[in-house]
Amino acid sequence: MVTNSLGRQLPESFFGKAVHPFQDPYSRTPAGNHATRHLRRHNPGDNKLLGNLREAIEASGLKSGMCIATHHHLRNGDAVLNLVVREIDRMGIRDIRIASSSIHPVHAELIPYIQKGVISGFECGVNGLIGEMVSRGELDCPIIVRTHGGRARSLITGEVVVDVAFIAAPSCDCYGNMNGFFGPSACGSLGYAFTDAQYAHCVVAVTDNLTAAPVTPVSISQSLIDYVVRVDTLGDPRKIVSTTTQITRDPVGLQIARYAAQVIDASGLLRDGFSFQTGAGGISLAVAEQVRRMMSQAQIKGSFGCGGITGYFVDMLEEGLFRTLFDVQCFDLKAVESIGRNLHHQEMSADTYANPFNAGAMVNLLDCVILGATEIDVDFNVNVNTESNGYLLHNTGGHSDAAAGAKLSIITAPLLRGRLPIIRDTVTTVTTPGRTIDVIVTERGIAVNDHQQELKDELIRRKVPVRDIVELREEACRITGEPRPIEFTDEVVALIEYRDGTIIDAVRKVKE
Amino acid sequence: MEHSFRLRRSLLYVPGNMPSMLQNIPIFESDAVMIDLEDAVPYSEKDAARTLVHSFLSTYQDRNKEIFVRINGLKTDCWKEDLRVILPALPDGIRLPEADSSDFVEQLDTVLTEFEEELGIEIGHFKILPSIETAEGVINCIKTARSSNRLIGLAFGAEDYTASLEIERTKTGEELFAARTRVVWACKAAGIQAIDTIFSDVSDMEALRHETTLIKTLGFSGKSLVNPRQIEVVHEVFAPKQEEIDYALQVVEAIQKAREMGTGVISLGGKMVDAPVVKRALRILKTAQAHGLIDMQLDEEVIYGHK
Repeated sequence: MVTNSLGRQLPESFFGKAVHPFQDPYSRTPAGNHATRHLRRHNPGDNKLLGNLREAIEASGLKSGMCIATHHHLRNGDAVLNLVVREIDRMGIRDIRIASSSIHPVHAELIPYIQKGVISGFECGVNGLIGEMVSRGELDCPIIVRTHGGRARSLITGEVVVDVAFIAAPSCDCYGNMNGFFGPSACGSLGYAFTDAQYAHCVVAVTDNLTAAPVTPVSISQSLIDYVVRVDTLGDPRKIVSTTTQITRDPVGLQIARYAAQVIDASGLLRDGFSFQTGAGGISLAVAEQVRRMMSQAQIKGSFGCGGITGYFVDMLEEGLFRTLFDVQCFDLKAVESIGRNLHHQEMSADTYANPFNAGAMVNLLDCVILGATEIDVDFNVNVNTESNGYLLHNTGGHSDAAAGAKLSIITAPLLRGRLPIIRDTVTTVTTPGRTIDVIVTERGIAVNDHQQELKDELIRRKVPVRDIVELREEACRITGEPRPIEFTDEVVALIEYRDGTIIDAVRKVKE
Repeated sequence: MEHSFRLRRSLLYVPGNMPSMLQNIPIFESDAVMIDLEDAVPYSEKDAARTLVHSFLSTYQDRNKEIFVRINGLKTDCWKEDLRVILPALPDGIRLPEADSSDFVEQLDTVLTEFEEELGIEIGHFKILPSIETAEGVINCIKTARSSNRLIGLAFGAEDYTASLEIERTKTGEELFAARTRVVWACKAAGIQAIDTIFSDVSDMEALRHETTLIKTLGFSGKSLVNPRQIEVVHEVFAPKQEEIDYALQVVEAIQKAREMGTGVISLGGKMVDAPVVKRALRILKTAQAHGLIDMQLDEEVIYGHK
């Protein structure tokens, strides 16, 4: 066992790989060069378009023991990963690791293939049943959870080698030019697939919308694509993007959003050039709405909105409140529709978005980000991976990346969720270190991290309810009582990798 | 803050039988809440609701707003039990439904005094906010407004009032004009606050804003609310505008100058400033102060001059 700087106990190695314990968010520096792959040559007249997925898998040279990847822009509507794994199984290939950008509940279909030995591990975080079963010891399948920026980093450094990337392409031509803007499975940005296209040893474009060459605009170019294959459908478009992302109507959520807006106002960052990121949750959108109002009233011209993009950000772009949107992932149809026609709505790769080991990621330019949490501890460490039952249920997404990059990272969360207090003495799992978190906003008050003393003083001056984080924890527990601790075994089933490749925490099997 | 100037812009109803909503009372930014044991609670749940409200109030130690409990009407067989269970948890006051005449207030006043003696707390601790919600109540409200020292205001209830008139309530509220005006007269004459009725369409914020602007113009100082989302709009309407504050500051400055010159009247921008103008200006400044919009010492001598 080794202990990292947050006091988390880690194994010395995990499935044959050495574990580097987390030290601090900013100092680990990379050595060496970008990962490489074989050069290739395609002569005029060479055909990339293959008859079916099986032919593509055969052509890719995929063998037992290798690693594949897909992107999660089709989210819970994705059919591609399940399709690929079914075919791999039919071909008798085993012991495949999956390094997709995320796994969604729709991929519970993979469970029998894990049990059968077709899939032997995940080089990425998982949402839903797979993580739960792994946590309960019902599935034997190691998981390494990575942030969006960290996943890009791991491909670029070569820590994770993707042998074959299967890239779902909502619009694609027979030579592999593609974008996500148009077609029956349009998902907008293909931001998570860019590193796969550049670093995977073989790249297969999978499309349900093969159109005449050349497809434009070109998001991912023909020069990176080895094979193209047509399938009936990439997925269920109704689940690919939710048609409505809505501001919360819950009074508690709205109260949290109002406080968060007051924090942003007091921070002094809300001036011309302001840059901003929120998620698609109801509270995040309510904060965005407040920010939009403040910007309109004060006639502030922001510079950019960032991250996963919703229709609210599109409206703000069109109202002139931001000059640009940098979109790594579209959250709703309005965003998909906008990215296909508005030059100022820019597609952005996960590398550009959040990789700590390049010459500067977009998150470094963020003024403010609004993030969520399943738990927060009194040291401001945040958990988004495990739930109060100890099960690994959520992927990290860009959480740690945006928190590390932004000048002001705000966590919005209800102090009580169901009958549980959200602020704890220690979180079940650390996803994002407290040092990168500035403010916690709950409906019962706002806790400001010590390194933001000036902001704290300004909030107090403005009579915003600033509270000590320990006091908030005590208030929550007065209402709910002390929750019974979850019991774990010693067996580590997953690692939580920080964006720089060090391990910030380990997830252990829950004692049932 | 002096008693008559306590801000009561927003009085939020919270059903007394819903733990999830009671639990959130501390976080809402309304000036007061009215925990409902009457219409929101079915007869079969009255007992459970009383116990629940009692336990909630007992744990809610750091009170950050006024707490009223709407008991069942004095014509029912529930109200005495409501008081017996609730009063030991020390709410600030009782919202009395169907206060059709001063008799009801006087009857409640007497019972509250008995409880205060029994609980060993100051006589007059429990305030009363009667609901004027029938034609009879409106007719009698002038006397009702003076019926007890415990009164902090009268609350107009338009839903029951229109029912008693056998008419529909409209969104524009023309049918309520006479009753509202009479309630305001009664309150102003008695030196208490006039609280307007609820606005039930919680999704129509524009109509709520319109109605709140109207009742502010008529002289109401606050409004009963059915949803926390309505609080913000009501507070925005009641907050003094920056122009009003600026003008009020000029008036105060002008009258101070006048006093120095030994007169009570002075001209400001071509308009005469005398006692009523100064009084209105001071009221705006006090409201602004209560909203946290200005931070200054207000000198009562400004209005009256040195004794």
